[in-house]
Amino acid sequence: MESKDVVIIGGGITGLSTAYYLAKEGLRNIVVIEKSYLGSGSTGRCGTGIRQQFTTREHIILMRESVKLWKEWENNLPKSVHFRQGGYLWLLKESEMDAYREYVRLQNILGVNSRIIGKDDVKLIVPDINTEGIAGASWCPSDGNAYPFDTIDALRIALKRFGILIRQFEEVKEIKVKNGIIQQVVTDKETFNTHFVVDAAGFGARKVARMVGVDLPLKLYRHQIAVSEPVKVFLEPMVVKGELYFTQTYRGRIIGGTDLNEQPTESLSSTDEFLPQFANEILSVLPTISSLNVMRQWAGFYVVTPDHHPILGGTDLPGFLLGVGFSGHGFMLGPVVGKLLATYIMHGTMYLPEANNLDLRRFRSGCLIQEKAVIG
Amino acid sequence: MNDKDVIICRCEDVTLADIKKAIKDGYTDVESLKRHLQIGTGPCQGKTCIPLTEKILARELQKSVEDVGVVTSRPPESPVPFGIFLKGDKKNGK
Ligand SMILES: Cc1cc2nc3c(=O)[nH]c(=O)nc-3n(C[C@H](O)[C@H](O)[C@H](O)COP(=O)(O)OP(=O)(O)OC[C@H]3O[C@@H](n4cnc5c(N)ncnc54)[C@H](O)[C@@H]3O)c2cc1C
Ligand code: FES
Repeated sequence: MESKDVVIIGGGITGLSTAYYLAKEGLRNIVVIEKSYLGSGSTGRCGTGIRQQFTTREHIILMRESVKLWKEWENNLPKSVHFRQGGYLWLLKESEMDAYREYVRLQNILGVNSRIIGKDDVKLIVPDINTEGIAGASWCPSDGNAYPFDTIDALRIALKRFGILIRQFEEVKEIKVKNGIIQQVVTDKETFNTHFVVDAAGFGARKVARMVGVDLPLKLYRHQIAVSEPVKVFLEPMVVKGELYFTQTYRGRIIGGTDLNEQPTESLSSTDEFLPQFANEILSVLPTISSLNVMRQWAGFYVVTPDHHPILGGTDLPGFLLGVGFSGHGFMLGPVVGKLLATYIMHGTMYLPEANNLDLRRFRSGCLIQEKAVIG
Repeated sequence: MNDKDVIICRCEDVTLADIKKAIKDGYTDVESLKRHLQIGTGPCQGKTCIPLTEKILARELQKSVEDVGVVTSRPPESPVPFGIFLKGDKKNGK
């Protein structure tokens, strides 16, 4: 039986990022446990987008910091994560302009360089866009994207160099607590002695928390996404219109999705409704790609909280920490969340005070923070 | 023949040598191997290269093909252009 200072459950971006920052803080006797392969959860299925155009202080400040850290990852990790600041171009109808002017004002006050632009400027950024029915856009040139599997791989190699243990195809089954203190994490292969557990289990987070009697207000929503065949890169920004979003990866594939307004589900199968709807939406914005081939579609979970903000930090059980409920934004938040959780474990405090507003207690006290800018 | 000359995935230009190296680097199941090397993501949708990769992996690790994991197929079966789904007035979009 091994003893570990911290056991991290989940090998997606949240778990690996937390392990990375713990290692950088000097804590190396830790383990990441992943029930399938690294990135097999939502991280490897996501839309690649990284944005600061949010509507709450908490999201904007955390994402401003995360963008800084994405730059550091691009420069410092052992391989490129292909972080690219191609901007987010958020197309708006006349009726949406006033609300987004207010959001941009808050973003600017908090140091994010977004701005409202007119139709003609939209054409300057992406000439092929059909601007019919569009009044303008909310544009933030420092938003961007990164490549999920390269990110997972870069973190994996970094952790390996730090000598950190990663267990794949091993599932956490039980967490033993005695006298209000965590004692052991039991997997289907082994038992680890530990007093610290990070629940970074994504769609499995609720089940993990239930092992220690903590109830999490999380719902699973299936979201579908598709990629095209690769073509020469011509589209660097992420384009958003209503629920539709799309960009092009550095490998040349158009990637994007939209929302079918489904009820919560445990199923991850793709449906026949998705491609026709996505194709029609994307072609109404970018008609020039109609002969481009769609190669694959798949589905993943948004793990959603009642106020669309993640749940970060401690719980009533000492040593049981959460990095869950990202509501569709967990990839972009990965760097800052890992650093927040690692410093919280090492120093007992969140290094960004706004993160304190995101702990589990808010659902008890009713201090919810509603995010209005949610996509696809 | 040199492993470098044995092409396993033609669409994405992946050789037997690439696969053997990746297995050494710790990609020991088909799903992660596939994502790491982009095997099976070309126009032919991996119809031959994925089964081949499964066999190579099983052989290298001395496991059965079932144990190294079988790749989920992701519709559409063969590539189709976005335009095929277009409905309504084509000129004006929707
Ligand atoms: C279609 C789609 C598009 C998206 N687009 C974006 C986007 O553009 N930008 C963005 O920021 N976010 C996006 N997201 C959301 C993003 O993917 C997630 O918020 C993020 O990946 C969450 O990362 P994670 O590490 O917390 O969870 P995951 O990546 O889901 O990792 C959790 C891991 O825990 C493992 N696990 C679960 N239970 C156990 C257990 N008992 N024992 C061991 N391991 C366990 C799982 O196998 C899984 O690998 C999108 C999501 C989807 C589905
Ligand atoms: S040969 Fe591998 S995808 Fe075509």
